[in-house]
Amino acid sequence: MMKIQCFGVARDIAGGPYLSLDQLEGRSVAELRQALLQAYPAFGELVSFAIARNEEYASDEERIEAGDQLVIIPPVAGG
Amino acid sequence: MDVQLSATALSLQACRDFVVHPSCGGLCFFEGTIRDLNLGATVTHLEFEAYAPMAVKEMTKIAVAARDRFGLHAVALHHRTGDLAIGDTAVIIAVSSVHRKPAFAGCEFIIDELKKTVPIWKREFRADGSHWLNAHP
Repeated sequence: MMKIQCFGVARDIAGGPYLSLDQLEGRSVAELRQALLQAYPAFGELVSFAIARNEEYASDEERIEAGDQLVIIPPVAGG
Repeated sequence: MDVQLSATALSLQACRDFVVHPSCGGLCFFEGTIRDLNLGATVTHLEFEAYAPMAVKEMTKIAVAARDRFGLHAVALHHRTGDLAIGDTAVIIAVSSVHRKPAFAGCEFIIDELKKTVPIWKREFRADGSHWLNAHP
């Protein structure tokens, strides 16, 4: 079980600041995105969402490792 | 580079003090403030939330990119978090360069990039409820 941190509208969708998904280690970021869409279809209604892995934007091909800090980044709106 | 994410009021003077330099004849500033109307609806206040460690990293990348691309002498980039009222300052950008043109261009580049990549979100409050900006089509 890995915890994924949620901000902004992602926190509203998850119902709290973290959500948990099973068996992510070794899977790609693209697979994580699919798992998220399956567990929380409301992510599919957003303009977009990115995944941050260890404080950097993660590409779809990256593999998730145990101990990674994973964060859902919904469309940003700074400034 | 002076990059800060702050839960308290920002200071234009502090940003100016950081970038001013005897060899620089151009200082340029951008200040983003909270306005009372968005898409025709009256806004009561805004709440800014940030993924702080990554937001500071991304802001630093932008400041460094602007310095290298436009040959700026110094960049100050300060952004607020928390609840902001109408008229409050959400972001200040200050840049300095030898001549004015790189200062104007650098300042615009920084605010444009900040809005694309920095993990900061704002929830807009109106009389009839609230929503996260940019989230839905």
